[in-house]
Amino acid sequence: MRRQLPLALCFIFGVFTAIQYYVPHFRVQWFQERLLQWLMTLLAFAFLLGTVSLIKVHYHKLRDRAPDRGFSLVVFAGLFTMIGLGFIHPDHHAPGSPFNQMFLNVQVPIEATMFSLLAFYVASAAFRAFRARTLEATLLLIAAAIVMLGRVPIGDLISPKIPEATRWILEVPNLTAKRGVMIGVGLGMMATALKIMLGIERAWMGGSD
Amino acid sequence: MGHDRGRLRGARFVTGFVAGTLAAAALVVCAATLSAQEPIEPAVPESLAAPELLAVPTGVQVEDTPNDRGASVNVTWELSADDESLRFEGYRVYRSAHPETGFVFAGRAGRGATTYRDSEAPNNEPVYYRVAVGDAEGGEAFSATSDAVTASPQWFNDDRVNVLIAVFIFVVAIVYFVNAARGGKELFIRRLAGLDEVDNAVGRATEMGKPILYISGLSTISDVATIAAINILGEVAKRTAEYNTRLIVPCADPIVMAVEQEVVKEAYAKVGRPDSYNEDDVFYLTRSQFAYVAGVNGIMVRQRPATILYMGMFFAESLVLAETGASVGAIQIAGTDAVTQLPFFITSCDYTLIGEELYAASAYLSREPVLLGGLKGQDTLKFIIGVLIVITVIVATLAATGAISNDFMTPLFITH
Repeated sequence: MRRQLPLALCFIFGVFTAIQYYVPHFRVQWFQERLLQWLMTLLAFAFLLGTVSLIKVHYHKLRDRAPDRGFSLVVFAGLFTMIGLGFIHPDHHAPGSPFNQMFLNVQVPIEATMFSLLAFYVASAAFRAFRARTLEATLLLIAAAIVMLGRVPIGDLISPKIPEATRWILEVPNLTAKRGVMIGVGLGMMATALKIMLGIERAWMGGSD
Repeated sequence: MGHDRGRLRGARFVTGFVAGTLAAAALVVCAATLSAQEPIEPAVPESLAAPELLAVPTGVQVEDTPNDRGASVNVTWELSADDESLRFEGYRVYRSAHPETGFVFAGRAGRGATTYRDSEAPNNEPVYYRVAVGDAEGGEAFSATSDAVTASPQWFNDDRVNVLIAVFIFVVAIVYFVNAARGGKELFIRRLAGLDEVDNAVGRATEMGKPILYISGLSTISDVATIAAINILGEVAKRTAEYNTRLIVPCADPIVMAVEQEVVKEAYAKVGRPDSYNEDDVFYLTRSQFAYVAGVNGIMVRQRPATILYMGMFFAESLVLAETGASVGAIQIAGTDAVTQLPFFITSCDYTLIGEELYAASAYLSREPVLLGGLKGQDTLKFIIGVLIVITVIVATLAATGAISNDFMTPLFITH
């Protein structure tokens, strides 16, 4: 029963979701909308699970005097400060509220800083990718050089053929490869969904036994 | 003398009478003339005169929206001749159950629009539409009333017949190959270097005494790529349990975390090492994209994992993660169906599963015949799609050169 019930629920709701794709009638869509609302309700409860997990893991690190327990203190400081600030102001989303101030002036800049690191990582990854050690890497280097030149005015100044070559690279070989990958992905998704619905694939619930 | 004075007085009297009579007559004539004329108004500049109404749209057509959930009507019209006038404020669509009266406002459309979808029409009741044009002064001019139309819901979306046929072929192919595999038929699956390397990567971590970091992307459980990542995690966890190697799984979604905790726990139990499972190693980090990156990068730098696996759906964080992993010297194996992130993983990781290989990984690693049957079903449909692409390319080329009629192409392409 511990395995049959999830499998049965998975089959019933999986088949229903597949059928509603072909049935636009409002009676069927009404039920589909209710399902999505249930999913949102589940998600709200799941965040509680996540918070409990976070607190538990970091509490254990502090209790066990783990070498990196200082970071756990930072986690607790951040977590409880934000919870506290959320309670201080009746509308914590209101502009100027302490919660909103902390979010805008601490979290947003920190996240932007993390995102901006991407520029440096792109440079280091490009340096590694463009070392022409193999035929594939050489082709990649040539294609990248043409595409980069074709995207800036100097490319057109050197030769009007460069932007044309850029367009051809992006619209013909690049798009062809992308579409090939996407067809495979689509079929892979369908096959995985079907195998889960039919109970053939059970790894998501811990295995096949 | 007295007689003369009397005559003079009489003449004055007659003269006064005649003059008074004439004056009164003139006054009456003048008044009568004035009353017969139009009232005189002050002159008004032409620009301030009352504006004319705008030209109404013509050719108002209505139809029940095809393949919909009901309560929806498509209204189309031809542009008003004043569509580009500065006074033009837009089209207003009105609906009524009667062709002459009772029209109520249904919605509006802007300049240049020739369609409006009314999503509040009553089901199974005939209704009529008029399209009005409005001007800046609040004036409104109505088109002729449309024909009657009845909105109704549909039980089958016939735009999706082609998808249904493809799904039917797909299901038949998968069921056939799964049954063939169950019957003991040998199924050939090509080598996937990235998955062959998983065993080596786990062995390397064991030898080095370092953990393995498994990242299943930032998407939710409703994403099939995440489910594929969870399926792979089960196989990886079995190997780490066998080798008694620590497996760290930071999660970005609480539901994914709950499922992954269960999957890893089951895997450890299955290989007879339930006591080696540590729930604190499969934990929730955060939903925030770059806060998650900061957390995972911190784990990489502090724990120095020997192997890092990225499986599932990734976004802009892929390169930041993979480059940090490369910088700590870990063997990295990635698998994603996010086409835009593939180049980053290919650049920074040792092995990358491209697109569909992510979905094949669970079957490949487990080598369960039934799961391999599913892969062969996928290959069958891919072959059919390949053949169809070749046929349609040939037909399109012939049609373009005029060798065959363009009409021949129409049934081949359903473009909904």
